[in-house]
Amino acid sequence: MKTDRSSDAPSSASRAGMDVSPDWPTCWRRPPLISDRRLRWLLILATLSYGLLALASIDVNWARAADGWERGLRFIGGFASPDFSSRWRDISTGLVESLTMTFTATVAGILLSVPIGIGAARNLAPLPIYLGCRAIIAISRSLQEIIVAILFVAMVGFGPLAGFLTLAFATIGFLAKLLGEDIEEIDKAQADAVRATGASWWQVLDYGVKPQVMPRLIGLSLYRLDINFRESSVIGIVGAGGIGATLNTALDRYEYDSAAAILLLIILIVLATEYSSSWIRRRLQ
Amino acid sequence: MNRHEPRASSRQAVSPAQKAAHQPANQQPQANARWRRHTPRRELIGWLAWLLLVLLFLVCWELMTRDQIWAFVWDAPRQAGDLFSRMVPPRWSYLDQLWRPLWDTLNIATLGTLIALVIALPIAFLAARNTSPSVAFLRPLALLVIVASRSVNALIWALLLVTILGPGLLAGVIAIALRSIGFIGKLLYEAIEEIDPQQVEAVRATGAGPVQVLDYAIMPQVLPAFAGIAVFRWDINIREATVLGLVGAGGIGLQLKASVDTLAWPQVTLIFIVILATVLVSEWISAEARKRLI
Repeated sequence: MKTDRSSDAPSSASRAGMDVSPDWPTCWRRPPLISDRRLRWLLILATLSYGLLALASIDVNWARAADGWERGLRFIGGFASPDFSSRWRDISTGLVESLTMTFTATVAGILLSVPIGIGAARNLAPLPIYLGCRAIIAISRSLQEIIVAILFVAMVGFGPLAGFLTLAFATIGFLAKLLGEDIEEIDKAQADAVRATGASWWQVLDYGVKPQVMPRLIGLSLYRLDINFRESSVIGIVGAGGIGATLNTALDRYEYDSAAAILLLIILIVLATEYSSSWIRRRLQ
Repeated sequence: MNRHEPRASSRQAVSPAQKAAHQPANQQPQANARWRRHTPRRELIGWLAWLLLVLLFLVCWELMTRDQIWAFVWDAPRQAGDLFSRMVPPRWSYLDQLWRPLWDTLNIATLGTLIALVIALPIAFLAARNTSPSVAFLRPLALLVIVASRSVNALIWALLLVTILGPGLLAGVIAIALRSIGFIGKLLYEAIEEIDPQQVEAVRATGAGPVQVLDYAIMPQVLPAFAGIAVFRWDINIREATVLGLVGAGGIGLQLKASVDTLAWPQVTLIFIVILATVLVSEWISAEARKRLI
């Protein structure tokens, strides 16, 4: 990478008659990311001191970790011989709960998000409705699933219904926001053409807007189905039903081979839903 | 795709079969014919698909609510009102005890992201088709690591690590790192595959070795994407770190779990507010940083 500049300036070197290096740099160096030297060092120092402070705040109980090491090995061993059979009843109940919860919640979420999404599109909805729908979306997006699940479990009791409500609520924030933005970006000419035929608001929606956003809505719904399954495997930890609860119980009982089986099932189903949903989306678009 | 449907279907509406069947009717212009978007056959299939969807929904609903005690559900509005009355006002004095867990949460997210970055960078180079040293063997391996890490939620990783390492920050940091490797690795290797090959060729033409090509031709091209992905993931990790404590992996979630378990609802409200504020601030920081980087 060296750029030899000496050939450009033979005169100065030869006149001196020695091999002195010229007083300009002869070797190209990459300019630093931050040109101000003081700022650069300040940043490096700040990063280092934060790193030290953060590391210091972690106190590890090494004796406990050493104890756990043996358990960790047993758990990894569990992956080699996952035990599907001895807890199969619990596992299958958990799986059925997770899958049904995912599907029903996604359908209910879509049904709720379509009107809210239409309301959140400024080109279709009047301002008060627009603001209301945007507020619903903002609330749903800023609360994590697991926090919503805690609240719903407190309201309707333990079980998959709480999970269903959680996932449906979380779906609104995702789907309605993207649908609303999608509707705002449609080709206005098509909607105007339908309106010019004397169509009512509903007919404009049906013939001018729906065909433009439908493929993307289907794609997003499938994507959300995929996300909802992932989430359904987690919210069981706070009592909202599903395979997460089964996994939690298995780990509490130190049954690592069953836990490994559950994890493998989760990974397999996640992969299957992910690949099938992306396959369908590719075919639609 | 529906956009091109009308023309195609209206052509089919007067297709040979109909012409043959209604020869006389075809003579006069179709005065009372209605335009339809789809052929009758497609409409039927559409309706059947909807019917199947509704049936599937009902079956799933039945399966899901088999063991539901409906008395609890009918009671829900009253419970919600009751819960709300217990939750407000939040217990502001509890805030003093939340600063330390909040600092822990921040550390879990930041350290976890840093560890993930260090591990994900080489994995992404192994997984990208144009930089992988062996497409046949190492690339599938790297992709497997990415997929396995991505398909398990951080909370589940934390659940496992807590049983192995014991409760504490370390389990949280590693859980966040394990989940982030897949995310960062996937986005980064996609960015690497999209680089401009001409710059690579230009640097290689100067006689640079493979490491120098990586350093001078590939890294400068993916560095902005890398920084953007890192900040994006850090923001998500802050979000996830706030709830990791629910399974004992440190951070503000520990306080949340303790408060929920002791039914100290005013404290729960305060923790929700703190979490919400943290998430909003981190989202703002990450949005600003990404705007400057890209």
